[in-house]
Amino acid sequence: MTAKSKSRSSARLRSESDGYGTMTLGYAGRLDSVNVGSLWRQTSDILKHARPARVIVLGEEIDYCDGSGVGLLFSLRLKGVKQGFAVEFKGLRPELAEMLDRFDADRFAEYGKEKRHIHPAEEIGHFTWQLFLDLREQFAFIGELHVAAVRCLVRRGQLRWKEVFITAERAGANAVGIVSLIGFLFGLIMAFSFAMPMRQFGVDIYVADLVAMGLVRVLGPFITAIILAGRSGSAYAAELGTMKINDEIDALTTMSLNPVRFLVVPKVLATIFVTPLLTVVANVFGLIGCGVVMLSLGFPLVTYTSHVESAIDAGDVALGLFKALVFGGLVAGVGCLRGLQTETGPSAVGISTTRAVVSGIVLVVLAEGVFAVLFHYMDI
Amino acid sequence: MSNESEPVIRVEGLSAGYGEEVILDDISFDVYPGEVFVIAGGSGCGKTTLLKNMIGLLEPDAGCVLIDGDDIVAASGRSRHRILRKIGVMFQTGALFGSMTLLENVRLELDEFTDLPRDAANLIASMKLDLVGLGGYGDYMPAELSGGMQKRAAIARAMVLDPQILFLDEPSAGLDPVTSAGLDGLIRRLAKSLKITFVIVTHELASIYAVADRVIMLEKEARKIVAAGPPEQLRDSTDNAWVRRFFHRQAE
Repeated sequence: MTAKSKSRSSARLRSESDGYGTMTLGYAGRLDSVNVGSLWRQTSDILKHARPARVIVLGEEIDYCDGSGVGLLFSLRLKGVKQGFAVEFKGLRPELAEMLDRFDADRFAEYGKEKRHIHPAEEIGHFTWQLFLDLREQFAFIGELHVAAVRCLVRRGQLRWKEVFITAERAGANAVGIVSLIGFLFGLIMAFSFAMPMRQFGVDIYVADLVAMGLVRVLGPFITAIILAGRSGSAYAAELGTMKINDEIDALTTMSLNPVRFLVVPKVLATIFVTPLLTVVANVFGLIGCGVVMLSLGFPLVTYTSHVESAIDAGDVALGLFKALVFGGLVAGVGCLRGLQTETGPSAVGISTTRAVVSGIVLVVLAEGVFAVLFHYMDI
Repeated sequence: MSNESEPVIRVEGLSAGYGEEVILDDISFDVYPGEVFVIAGGSGCGKTTLLKNMIGLLEPDAGCVLIDGDDIVAASGRSRHRILRKIGVMFQTGALFGSMTLLENVRLELDEFTDLPRDAANLIASMKLDLVGLGGYGDYMPAELSGGMQKRAAIARAMVLDPQILFLDEPSAGLDPVTSAGLDGLIRRLAKSLKITFVIVTHELASIYAVADRVIMLEKEARKIVAAGPPEQLRDSTDNAWVRRFFHRQAE
């Protein structure tokens, strides 16, 4: 059986089988990175169908051979080890033969074996275990944070007030613009989307009650927390993550300064302090947004404000602000934790910030759910 | 190197690793007061792991590290704080706090652990900066300085509370030979004038000859100390092939 294949390029492969298990492969021309691709596929095809006991490689006609070409020739030797056929090179130039002998086919054959196929069940188990470990770490962190925070508040000189104020400015004062804008738009959109269907039943004045109630009790704190998770939770994670990568956290530890007290407590306290304030801003602008819709629907301002007043009382506001307090703590705490968990490498900080935002939002939604059930049974 | 005196650091039977991978296996050695002690070895042989175990950042799988007689592995809370006050650490990258000026970096421990008035803390911190040749740079941010200056500032920060022992992780890594030699000179000067014990992790031959009183060599395969002694002695009379190659810069 004789097969002759000619590629478009200036490299050729001629293969010949003697019918008794010996296959001769003759390479010719330029074995460079441009041509090797097609030769490689041809070689694989030939060997797949032939299953020889012995392969003789003829190299007299090779004009040029670069790293890719050596790779091709070496792959034959590797295949020989794996599939159990003998490979013999004939007519290779001495420098090429020397290059080829530099690599040990037995050792290369071992390389692939170490990679083990992971069973899906094992992967699920591993994932669950990681989840459990992360949960344990979160609980430990909550404990550590509380101890450090209480210690800071009880003992003088332990809390870094400067850091608290800087964080309060960054997370709080600088966020007033975005919180008021989102609050305003949220009130506007909610009022508008409720007003249309409710108008059909002639009860569109109750949009005011609905929006006021929803905003102050639930959505005000909620959207504030989401904005905070995106703005500040991620920033804390990035800041602490970069410090971790630069060994600054280790430096603090060796100075006998607790990173949680030194870095985390000021951030968490500042965030807990500013979240209710931001929630007030969100509430006020949300109500203004709602008011704009109500006015445009033709209701006088007095009617709107009296409806708002009758719909919510101080208790509702306080409840919303209490939630905001908790959300602020959650978002800041988990942001800092993700930062401290940062591993090494250039993508680590990015992963940490992503995890900070995702965990922050998930925790806020979970807490919101817990509060809803709790307040329902407590009848507030 | 008065070997008759009590060791200031004693490492006993230390084994460490990451997960199931063993990096250091049953290592013991002593460091004496006032000596410049170098931990040397090739890349990946566990030099930095050993250092991190000695300063309490990692917990060893077995063994103990006694700093001035107290076990840093077992210590926690107040006793750990007391041990950590005796040591200062310079990390490979310097690890200066990027959001603080040099002076604030150096002053930090004074602010946290002493009740010195502000101007006193500033003066003491400036004096430490001056000792490492960064006298006028107190108001600079770390990012505005070169790598060598950052490392010197990190040494100033590490010794602001006058620790007995300074740990330096690869002081010459990433520095040009001139800057690196300057740093070596600084180390020798501080060791001589302030009687500070230095524990230095490095693989720079030139630095080892310039600063070391005593060297221990770690080897990756053995996971142990394969040689110990003054650098000249290791260079001239060793029966370990790897140590010989290391000191004569030969490839495997």
